[in-house]
Amino acid sequence: MTASRNALYGALLLLPAAVLLWVFTYQPILATLGNSLYSTPRGRRASVFVGLDHYQTMIADPVFWKALTNNAIYALTTIPLSMALALAMALFVNAKLRGQGLVRMAYFTPTVLPMVAVANIWMFFYAPDYGLVDQVLGLFGGGGNNLLGSKETALGALIVITIWKEAGFFMIFYLAALQQISPTLIEAAELEGASRRQIFRRVTLPLLMPTTLFISINAVIGAVRLVDHVIAMTKGGPDNATVLLLFYVYQVGFAFWDTGYAAALTAVLLVMLALIALFQFGYADKRVHYR
Amino acid sequence: MADIRVENLVKSWGGLRAVDDISFDTRAGEFVALLGPSGCGKSTTLRLIAGLDAVSAGRVVLAGRDVTALPASKRNLSMVFQSYALFPHLNVAENVTFGLSVRGVPKAGQAARLKHVADLLGLAALLDRRPSQLSGGQQQRVALGRALIAETPICLLDEPLSNLDAQLRSEMRNEIRSLQQRLGITMVFVTHDQTEAMSMADRVILMRQGRIEQNGAPADLYEKPASVTVAKFIGTPPMNILALDAREGGAVIAGSAGPAVGPAGGRPVVLGIRPEHVALGSGGLPATVETTEYFGADSIIACRAGSQRVLVRMPGKPSLDKGTAVHLSWPRAAAHIFDQETGLRRDAA
Ligand SMILES: Nc1ncnc2c1ncn2[C@@H]1O[C@H](COP(=O)(O)OP(=O)(O)OP(=O)(O)O)[C@@H](O)[C@H]1O
Ligand SMILES: [Mg+2]
Repeated sequence: MTASRNALYGALLLLPAAVLLWVFTYQPILATLGNSLYSTPRGRRASVFVGLDHYQTMIADPVFWKALTNNAIYALTTIPLSMALALAMALFVNAKLRGQGLVRMAYFTPTVLPMVAVANIWMFFYAPDYGLVDQVLGLFGGGGNNLLGSKETALGALIVITIWKEAGFFMIFYLAALQQISPTLIEAAELEGASRRQIFRRVTLPLLMPTTLFISINAVIGAVRLVDHVIAMTKGGPDNATVLLLFYVYQVGFAFWDTGYAAALTAVLLVMLALIALFQFGYADKRVHYR
Repeated sequence: MADIRVENLVKSWGGLRAVDDISFDTRAGEFVALLGPSGCGKSTTLRLIAGLDAVSAGRVVLAGRDVTALPASKRNLSMVFQSYALFPHLNVAENVTFGLSVRGVPKAGQAARLKHVADLLGLAALLDRRPSQLSGGQQQRVALGRALIAETPICLLDEPLSNLDAQLRSEMRNEIRSLQQRLGITMVFVTHDQTEAMSMADRVILMRQGRIEQNGAPADLYEKPASVTVAKFIGTPPMNILALDAREGGAVIAGSAGPAVGPAGGRPVVLGIRPEHVALGSGGLPATVETTEYFGADSIIACRAGSQRVLVRMPGKPSLDKGTAVHLSWPRAAAHIFDQETGLRRDAA
């Protein structure tokens, strides 16, 4: 068979995947970028080219900035905390203990539940007065809170749910990585006189770095992508205290029907994610892989 | 300098006794080889001495101190793992100095000792490389370097040469042996290669099924094997073990008409004779040649005498065709008598 024939077969085999990717991923991205430069069509008024108008609106839009700050707080708390919790849980269930399988499953359950179901469960936990959280707080004389209803605590309440849900998922990756580490390495470190803490810091943790990078990418995506619970629980309120970027896009696009502006917001979101991914793959990846 | 004493050591996994009540001790600065077939408990014994596994019964005493209850990190010994166990995320220098660094030895001291060890093992040009960028032999030397830099008085090695080619293996044998002698380290060296054990060790402990078959100098194992098992394990090719038929004037090789080669009467025995001690001549045991294998310096000739097969080692390349009638003889002192039932050596031959 000639080389050109081979190339043709190769191209044909790739075609279905390429078509799907183009139709459902790349074309919409380009269309979104394009739409962000046009005004939103309303009634008889067709959309017209408005250049960077939407982006100027965005800079002047306090809700956009609020969403950006909220999302930053949300990401900077949920990502490290859920990852640390995941690692702690993985270390715990990786150790020899009774009912190991049961504990692992218990930790993983939140991941399996759909976010809307999770939201329902936590609505009950967070309910003022009779909710679980408030009752516990009541024991210490701090009851009567509307955790989801007040500006100060609403975002925090959502952050807790996200950590609870994501940690179990990340734990699975850490657990798999821990089981990949050869026990002989740990024994060698022990023989060299390393304490358990030193073994963790100098052997286990560095060997987990590739997994940590992988999880952190997932966590960043999750911090932007997961908004089901915002929609189900707070709708961005009270007073925009829980507006996250993607939720704002959803609101602008599907509640206010300002599709042009929503496209511009989406474009900004895309660029930010792309920059983070570039950093993670381009810079961190080189420092983390040791093979 | 420290000695090792192992008393009635037992390790069982479920029902299996991987190490079954073994005791031995070593002098300080001695090089001891643990030899035996696969699965006989060599690695387990080493791991018990190192403290990587907990003993089921018995004691481990290092330099006069009972360490049975101490964790590995407190036993002040080093170990070379069969798989090297190098840290993949650290370079050669960091791997070698890992132990010094966790023990808080100052950087300057670490560097001086690293230089010393690197020169000794020819690692100086490799210090910045990661283990994945090293050949098997180089990784081996790094593992050895990590064990030696700590200058612990006791060093345990678990088949450290098994992955090397013949050339590198013999180089490393010499290197390890001379280092051990120069630094006066007590070494326990696990191997299932008898040549390695015989050529390197001051003493060989031969194990089988979790027990010690014989513990002695290499020459003892060769010249006075304590049992048929030892006799068959040591030597290439191993000792001929020949069944005997009892006769009035002394036992003869089974199925042959004589001459008498064993004691008359008493418990049934078998005769052991090394291929290198058998000579072809005009007198002695009649036999026919079956095959000849040529190895360069010598040849191994398989003969049939009575119902038994006898291997004979001869220098050079004798021209003996299949079916040639020959006579086999050996000096009386070269014959070993073992109890047929227990396999144990019977000295009053
Ligand atoms: N962790 C374990 N659990 C159960 N059985 C084990 C374990 N480790 C070793 N064994 C058993 O103990 C016996 C001795 O094993 P060991 O590793 O000491 O053999 P060895 O002499 O080192 O063999 P080799 O030359 O193949 O390395 C074997 O039968 C093995 O199957
Ligand atoms: Mg072994």
